Amino acid sequence: MDALSAVLQGLPMTIMLTLSAFSIGIVGAVPLAVGLSSSNILVRLASRLFVDLVRGVPIIVWLFLLKFGIQIGTFKFNPVGAAIVGLGVVSIAYLAEIYRGGLQSVPRGQGEAAHALGLTGGTTFYGVMVPQAFRIVSPSIATYLTGLLKDSSIASTIIVTEMVFQSQAFARQHPTVEGILPYIMVGILYIALSLPVAYLSRRLDSRMRKAVSV
Amino acid sequence: MTWLTEWAGYLPQLMSGLAVSLLIAGISIFFGYPLGLVLSLMVTAKNLAVRTLGLAVVEIGRGAPALVILYLFYYGLPKFGIAFESITAACLALTWNSAAYSSEIMRAGLQSVARGQLEASNALGLSQRDTFFRVVMPQGMRSAIPGLMGVAIQMFQGTSLAYGIAVPELMKTAYNIGSQDFNYLQIFTLAGLCYAVISMPATWITVFFEKRMARHT
Repeated sequence: MDALSAVLQGLPMTIMLTLSAFSIGIVGAVPLAVGLSSSNILVRLASRLFVDLVRGVPIIVWLFLLKFGIQIGTFKFNPVGAAIVGLGVVSIAYLAEIYRGGLQSVPRGQGEAAHALGLTGGTTFYGVMVPQAFRIVSPSIATYLTGLLKDSSIASTIIVTEMVFQSQAFARQHPTVEGILPYIMVGILYIALSLPVAYLSRRLDSRMRKAVSV
Repeated sequence: MTWLTEWAGYLPQLMSGLAVSLLIAGISIFFGYPLGLVLSLMVTAKNLAVRTLGLAVVEIGRGAPALVILYLFYYGLPKFGIAFESITAACLALTWNSAAYSSEIMRAGLQSVARGQLEASNALGLSQRDTFFRVVMPQGMRSAIPGLMGVAIQMFQGTSLAYGIAVPELMKTAYNIGSQDFNYLQIFTLAGLCYAVISMPATWITVFFEKRMARHT
């Protein structure tokens, strides 16, 4: 089981990368989603262009651009920094699109009713629209999180020592048949890691459904 | 201005890389869609063995990162004496990927066909074959079109991972140019724009189709 322990050495880094980028995305996507559903056409177009551009370029290009292309004075990204920022920005774009879809699917009458009740714009947004939108998008967010987990493997190409990097290192040291093991193990690990996310998301979803149906 | 003149110099080389990327994406979609249809039928089959095999192929193809499947084909299998050229390995890995993703979309599409359609064709005495090929598939595939277009875009972007196994596609070409003159910022920006110029309009067309379909149902 040398192969498994070699791959597991990269597990903390994989989880750290995924959760850091996810946190950046969850928070950063809020203003962008507001921009995407803004009534000002310039704000809306600028947000749309940003989202489509970030999603239109493969992640590996963003990582190489940050790792090798950015130099401000003496500052350069280290591999982990470049990976977190790169994956974080990509998450912002994808999650903003998910949030926008959720906000749009809240019935218009809800906003109008809140307005009629004299709620302020902020209360309407955070107290009425967001909670309802979140219920709709929480499964999509969970799906995105498992996607992000898989995408974090791309960080191995800029020498971040996560699971795929460790698999590569082990395979290189073992030119025999054993060398195929880490790739199989790491594949299984990714699938195994996404199972609890799917499970928690389903539980959260059913609990919120119950809360609504009362 | 200097950026533009440098970009003009890089562009011919990058275009040959882009051609390789498009070739890999094309092959993986061309074989991935029909395989995806077969997989979607396997997953819904009555036979347990067929269903399990189909599920395993789909879940590995979707659950493991594309990069891992690429490495498995290119670095892993040769240890058993099965060696591929890097571009063949890339096509095989991405075909698996696209087949797995498109099978889920096709399955959802086929299942979305109203039950009444099946009952009606049964009542009309159509054979099972005719029911599937003339009634279920045309309707199910129609609703799967936007999702399948999304898979195609995803595959095109996924070809950039073939960088990891030294396929001379767009990303690898850009890296090679960059390591000659260290203008990484310019070359990767240009490479990113090459991807975006194809992916962005493709996404807009997909969204357009999505909206049109939503209108007709």
